[in-house]
Amino acid sequence: MIAALICVISIAAFLQFFVSYCRSVISASRGVELSERVREITGIAGGIIPADDFERLLQLVRLCPERSDDGTKIRAVDAYHNLLRAVNFAARAVMPGVVAWVERELQGCSYFAAVALDRRISSSRDLFSQQAADRF
Amino acid sequence: MLGPFDYFLWITSFTLEAFVVVSSLLRRDFTRYIFLNLYMFFVAFNTVGLYICYYKFGLASLQYFYYYYYSDSLQYILMYFVIIQFYQQVFIEMKVSRYIRGGAALLLGLTALFSFLVVHQNRDHLTTRFVVELEQNLNFIGVVLTYLLWGAIVKLREARARLVQLVLALGVYYSATAGSYALRNLFRSPGLEAHVLHWLPPLFGTWLPFAWAYTFTKVPEGARLATARLAVRVGVR
Repeated sequence: MIAALICVISIAAFLQFFVSYCRSVISASRGVELSERVREITGIAGGIIPADDFERLLQLVRLCPERSDDGTKIRAVDAYHNLLRAVNFAARAVMPGVVAWVERELQGCSYFAAVALDRRISSSRDLFSQQAADRF
Repeated sequence: MLGPFDYFLWITSFTLEAFVVVSSLLRRDFTRYIFLNLYMFFVAFNTVGLYICYYKFGLASLQYFYYYYYSDSLQYILMYFVIIQFYQQVFIEMKVSRYIRGGAALLLGLTALFSFLVVHQNRDHLTTRFVVELEQNLNFIGVVLTYLLWGAIVKLREARARLVQLVLALGVYYSATAGSYALRNLFRSPGLEAHVLHWLPPLFGTWLPFAWAYTFTKVPEGARLATARLAVRVGVR
């Protein structure tokens, strides 16, 4: 009985800690303004990026040369995104409140991917400019 | 007999634990999180000790069994000090360190007394099942303490990103470990134990130094975040 109680409470606490941890990782990107260049490339118009754009943005991120410091973050957010999609699938029919919350979280993931893309493009351009300057 | 994945986890966790300690020494930041660093140092030292024990006496030996669980108990005591230091950092502006220290000493004393009484009563049959139950209870105290700390962080709108991530990583570790021990207690099938549950504690044991190493490397001490946004409030905008 006690083991079952501890098990249920621990799983509930684990989910809450894990979600908060992932949100703390992606929260740093929320305050970052996207550049005009990345908006033009991706076709993003407003401040909110649709949740469905995450996969497309991640594919674009993977096309860019990898930065040394963002690989782990991107993988963690990708895992969080998959977890949210699973929750969305399970809760769609029974809990509309959860679905709305998941939708906002997925939009946050998409924004994170757009910021990561922006940083990788800037980094690639800097590298290219540096190489061009070295050549001359 | 240990497989390649066991060795992989062993080496990875030792490397990450050593990395946390060495990097904080290099950053001259050892004393700011002194108990965390002492804990990581002890765990790294313990990982080596465990390997020596395994190498000399074998996985099924009584020596390995006692070394594993006794050193784990010492780890829990050190971890309580880590949590207490986090509490002190969160409540630093309220100048209640004296009360936190008092409360922590009382809690530690009570936990030690409770554990002593339970072990004393069961000394004739100190079986794996009993030890798993004790570990489950000690981890669960950790879950409760970390959850209360997380509640205080949200309530006080603590904005230090590094501290928040360290506490959340600890919360993930404690809740996952307590849950896995509770599952081991609930389902005593040897097949499930050998193929699934046996892997969980070492996996979560690797998670903690990984998350802490990541936080110390990537999150600067001065970084701030909006904590209110991190708390999960489903259905509230």
